[in-house]
Amino acid sequence: MLEIQGLTKRFGGLTAVRDVTTSFERGRINAIIGPNGAGKTTFFNLVSGSHRPTAGRIVFDGQDVTGLRPDQVARLGVARTFQSTHLFDQATVLDNLIVGHRLRTSSTFWDVIFNTQRLKEDERSCRAKAKEVLNFVGLSSVAHHRAADISQEERKRVAFALALATDPKIVLLDEPAGGVNPEETLGLAELIRKMVRSGLTVCLIEHKMDMIMSLADKIVVLDHGEMIAEGTPAQIRSDQRVIEAYLGADYAAA
Amino acid sequence: MPSTALQKPLLALLLVAAIAFPVIAANDYYIYVMSLAYIMAIAAVGLNLILGYTGQLNLAHAGFMAIGAYTVGILTVDYGVPYWIAFVIAGFLSAFIGVFAGLLSLRLKGHFFSIFTLCVGFIIYLIIEKWDALTHGTVGIIDIPAPTGIGPLRFDHTWSQYYLVLFFLVASLWLMSRIVHSLLGRAFVAIRNSEDLAETLGISLMRTKVLAFVLSTFYAGMAGALYAGFVRFIGPGMALESHTFDMIAFILVGGIGTLFGPLLGAILLTWLTQSLQFLQDYRMIIFGPLLILLVMYFPQGLIGYYRERQIKRAAASVQDRRLQRAVLGSGQEARTNA
Amino acid sequence: MNIFFQQLLNGLTLGSVYALVALGLTLVYGILHIPNFAHGALYMVGAYAAFYFVGTLGANYWVAMIGAAAVVALLAVLSDRLIFHRLKDAPPLHDMIAAIGLLLFLEACIQATWGAEFHRLAPPYPQIVRVFDLVAPAQRLIIIAAAFGLMLVLHLFLTRTLVGSTIIAMAQNREGASLVGIDATKVSILTFAISGALAAVAATLFSPINLIYPSMGHLVIMKAFVIIILGGMGSIPGAIVGGLVIGFAESFGAFYVSTNYKDIIAFALLVLILSLRPQGLFPSGAR
Repeated sequence: MLEIQGLTKRFGGLTAVRDVTTSFERGRINAIIGPNGAGKTTFFNLVSGSHRPTAGRIVFDGQDVTGLRPDQVARLGVARTFQSTHLFDQATVLDNLIVGHRLRTSSTFWDVIFNTQRLKEDERSCRAKAKEVLNFVGLSSVAHHRAADISQEERKRVAFALALATDPKIVLLDEPAGGVNPEETLGLAELIRKMVRSGLTVCLIEHKMDMIMSLADKIVVLDHGEMIAEGTPAQIRSDQRVIEAYLGADYAAA
Repeated sequence: MPSTALQKPLLALLLVAAIAFPVIAANDYYIYVMSLAYIMAIAAVGLNLILGYTGQLNLAHAGFMAIGAYTVGILTVDYGVPYWIAFVIAGFLSAFIGVFAGLLSLRLKGHFFSIFTLCVGFIIYLIIEKWDALTHGTVGIIDIPAPTGIGPLRFDHTWSQYYLVLFFLVASLWLMSRIVHSLLGRAFVAIRNSEDLAETLGISLMRTKVLAFVLSTFYAGMAGALYAGFVRFIGPGMALESHTFDMIAFILVGGIGTLFGPLLGAILLTWLTQSLQFLQDYRMIIFGPLLILLVMYFPQGLIGYYRERQIKRAAASVQDRRLQRAVLGSGQEARTNA
Repeated sequence: MNIFFQQLLNGLTLGSVYALVALGLTLVYGILHIPNFAHGALYMVGAYAAFYFVGTLGANYWVAMIGAAAVVALLAVLSDRLIFHRLKDAPPLHDMIAAIGLLLFLEACIQATWGAEFHRLAPPYPQIVRVFDLVAPAQRLIIIAAAFGLMLVLHLFLTRTLVGSTIIAMAQNREGASLVGIDATKVSILTFAISGALAAVAATLFSPINLIYPSMGHLVIMKAFVIIILGGMGSIPGAIVGGLVIGFAESFGAFYVSTNYKDIIAFALLVLILSLRPQGLFPSGAR
């Protein structure tokens, strides 16, 4: 699904990601873990096109996407969320989501001026999609609330919904459970499983190890920009380098 | 977006009031001032598209209005081109120059864009002031002909010109309403909200921002062309950034990122300065602190405030209904359990 | 040779004035994180303050300069405490609009008091200095000497004191880099005071060979923006070098190209450079 070959990103003298080669399989939950500053978010920025790699190749679904702009990558089916969710607080949750499906529509400026049938059709489909994804993440009840008034956990779900509205094939989630309580974390983990059951591939960055260990099919460990290990949760738990660099004794295979 | 548009009856009422205004005012000077406010409102509606909806502080807007005005001035006075042909050329020339200015300046983000456009505006001003042969330099252009008649309509009187300007104002608002309430408008707002997020939603930043910029310069050009035909003399000073600041004040008072905000602000502030005649030159003693106080304590503006309350009320009523249902539901549950 | 020397001297004069204004702007950028559009108005107020001290109160030129520096420094600090500090959590758009509001207010106040007409500060040193066959007005030499003297003092302050190095760190946008043990409010007040004082000194130096009028700050501030974009936002050597580059470009451009269009040169340069390199000549790596 997603093949990463020798991916490197340097900012001036600093190497944020160094020669990472890995792959993510279709229909799986993949996790990227590592200490702060390990290059995890930079890795996402590279895959989603926000940063241009210094070296290496990114192949998505058989197509070389290295160096494409974020909007081009999004059109090919890569969606992502950010650590903090920027919503337009003064609008309703539903209004925030409608624009998410814009990239799958084709109406242009002239359609807007002449208010064509195509524009009306596109607006209908965007609205329908917004309702559908809101329902998928279980937030239909807050559709007409102001985005400013919803809880932190609901914001996370809205961010998921926004990513889903783009009709992606893979979703990159940057700390999806950051800042929510343990109970809500379980709920979000269940939502991620539901996404995969519906045919999506998921790739997430997360610090909550309980969640990762129970959720992920594959884990990639970054440290100082380098990949120091990859494998199943069981393999990662018993990897000496990972224990030293990140996990500490707590998660050592008991 | 039913919750954010003004209700239809209210709109109809406003339109009737605008049409009746000359009859009620029955004073050429008042009609003149109101027409000027409308022209400034058209320019401000355009600026609001790039500033309010797309989130880019463009400080060259008055420069584009001057391009529109000078196109009409130069073509009609020096080349004898009929007003309406010059008028159409003015709008498109402003937009055409806007394409290049937009492509250059929108590569810059945030305050770099603002600084750059401040310089672009100043370059426009300097060119108008220094290029004597084309623009008449510091003297400006005088005796610009009034708009020529169309069929039986004549625009040689303050009254008829008022209706002409009103027509263009309604047309601009109608067009802007289509734009901002469409998917395209949502893409603009998504960019204002967060450029990074908008881009990952598949919105091409450059294309979308340039489109907003060019549309706004088209509005500026049209407003400038109307201004030239209405006031009948123009000088290089109209390109100065202080006029862009005036428009920013209109937008902030009325409501940034709202359809009618710029119009409301333009009318309110124009009448405020008119009623404080002695302040003409010193209006900024009031406008300056007003701008500061607005962004500090009332950043959403009048219409923004009204709209926010509407949405809050709608959300509250949804919640109330759900609460009622929940209470009823649990009551029933309790009964069946018992 | 003599003509070349004249242009060199003009360029150096302009450049050192621009550098002083740009220095203040670049320092304040570190605290506001937005360009302070009101900085040009501070420069203008500085000129009027000196004009008032010399013309109305009959003060000595240097005393007037210190007085103007104090007045404008106070004004800058007030603008921080009353406006910018309270907007620090607001979107950057709001800071920029507030800065514009302040600029409009100051200009209108000055115009209401002194009118829109031009004023002139009587040159305190109208002599001409002659070295071999090279001639130079004394005021220009004073501008250059005073500006560079002030830059040296500023340099020593910024590099040799703890507070100074904090100001530099903030200007270069290294958040929290060396804020440990330092009162952020104190740094902020000091930075605004320095930037205001620099603007006032620049205005007082330049006024005897220039005109004083309410919108005199517009061109200067726009050129200062060009300078700090060229030199890199927050960079102190960048502001000085950039100031000199623009100064020389203008004096030689006015002579060899056209006096009429000399004010466009700086902006044309900016448009050209930003078209080729949207991130500026020296992008700050920290962002």
